[in-house]
Amino acid sequence: MYGKGLRPLSIATVVAIAAAFSLVFFYAPLDADQGFVQKIFYIHVPLAIVALIGFVVGAVFAILHLRSGDRRWDAYSYVSIHMSVIFGVAVLVTGAIWAKASWGHWWVWDEPTLVSFLIVFLMYATYYPFRYAIEDPERQARYASVFAVTAGAFVPLNFMAVRLAESLVHPRVFATTNGGLPGSMMLTFLACLLAMALLWVTLVKLELTAKSASGQLKRLRRALDAPAAGAGSRIAPEVS
Amino acid sequence: MTPSRTAFAAILAKDLRAELRTLQSLPAMALFATTTFVVFRFGLDRTSLSGSLAAGVLWATLLFAALLGVNRLFVAEREEGGFDAIRLAPIDRSALFAAKAAALFAYLAVLELVVVPIFALFFLDSPAALAPLAAVLLLADLGIAATGTLISSMAVHSRARDLLGPLVLLPLLVPLMIAATGASEPLLALGGPGYHRFGTWLAVLSLYDLIFLLVGWAVFDFLLED
Repeated sequence: MYGKGLRPLSIATVVAIAAAFSLVFFYAPLDADQGFVQKIFYIHVPLAIVALIGFVVGAVFAILHLRSGDRRWDAYSYVSIHMSVIFGVAVLVTGAIWAKASWGHWWVWDEPTLVSFLIVFLMYATYYPFRYAIEDPERQARYASVFAVTAGAFVPLNFMAVRLAESLVHPRVFATTNGGLPGSMMLTFLACLLAMALLWVTLVKLELTAKSASGQLKRLRRALDAPAAGAGSRIAPEVS
Repeated sequence: MTPSRTAFAAILAKDLRAELRTLQSLPAMALFATTTFVVFRFGLDRTSLSGSLAAGVLWATLLFAALLGVNRLFVAEREEGGFDAIRLAPIDRSALFAAKAAALFAYLAVLELVVVPIFALFFLDSPAALAPLAAVLLLADLGIAATGTLISSMAVHSRARDLLGPLVLLPLLVPLMIAATGASEPLLALGGPGYHRFGTWLAVLSLYDLIFLLVGWAVFDFLLED
């Protein structure tokens, strides 16, 4: 049942990404200061925004899980966080490339947004060993939700603290997002943001579909008394 | 007194009494912190510290010493069946969170009472910064107590409890560390304590404390089910 609508969603995502990338390369003007390398901004920043929203979405699903006790929400929360961590790797890699191209170093500590993102990423990276260490599936789901809620509260606080630690010492190098962005760049940026958001939703839905299918297969095998094919994941929740 | 208040007082008194009689955590934490100062003295090859270096050494040491206490916080509850007793008792579960956080706060305060003067003796030119530093220490202790209690109560039920607590807690404490070092750095500066953005950092620490005390209070019920 999770597979329903997956095909149109995938097509919409492919179209949106193709359209957004054509805008990036053929419509948006070259940046006067940084030239071609600035175009990584259209991938890096939307990825970061989508990943952060994904973490918050994971926290919201976790609250739903705690309130209702329905294990389905735990699976949603897990997949949201999982996908955002994968997006987070892409954010850190594209951020490093951009930093190398425009500042000459692979990593800079005076860009508060990038540093905050690294801390948030490290926080969520502990989600996997955390889940793995708790054996009872019901308890694992409950604790994982508590983790997701705590980490969700941590994200804005962390951004504030890092920003405060830097802002008076270093001027903001980029006016990211809307600040001072010309119209054509803004339009391209929004198209990219939409494309990345669609990509995230599609991937989340795909993973849920796959989990649901393997869960159904497992139940069918059990009903037929057939041996289970391989051991399932110890940390990923099952989806019915 | 309401039942929750009675339960809070009883659990807190039990914890403090147990610690006083067994001395399981505090001496180890103090010894660890003092040894870490010595390690830093040779690691940095400095005999006196000031400014950001002093703040960094002090807070890194306190943070790691606190992790030792956090790890031990719920071990007795798990091994002696304290969790089951709390679940059976007709009291609000949040009382356990509040009492454990208060106990951890007390451990940290006592630890700092011992260790921060040693730090001043080892590295600082004058003890003038210690009085304003106390405010930063107290606010930071509150934050460590809130997050430490929350994470420790989950880690103690896992297979890798000694590993999991520090692993999850350390990134969670990064904003607290940023604010605490930010406030301490001008205080420990050479030539008398300064108060550059002192209020801002205290406000950040208070916000951190408030958020995680509320989160802990709200979710703690779910940690004691089953």
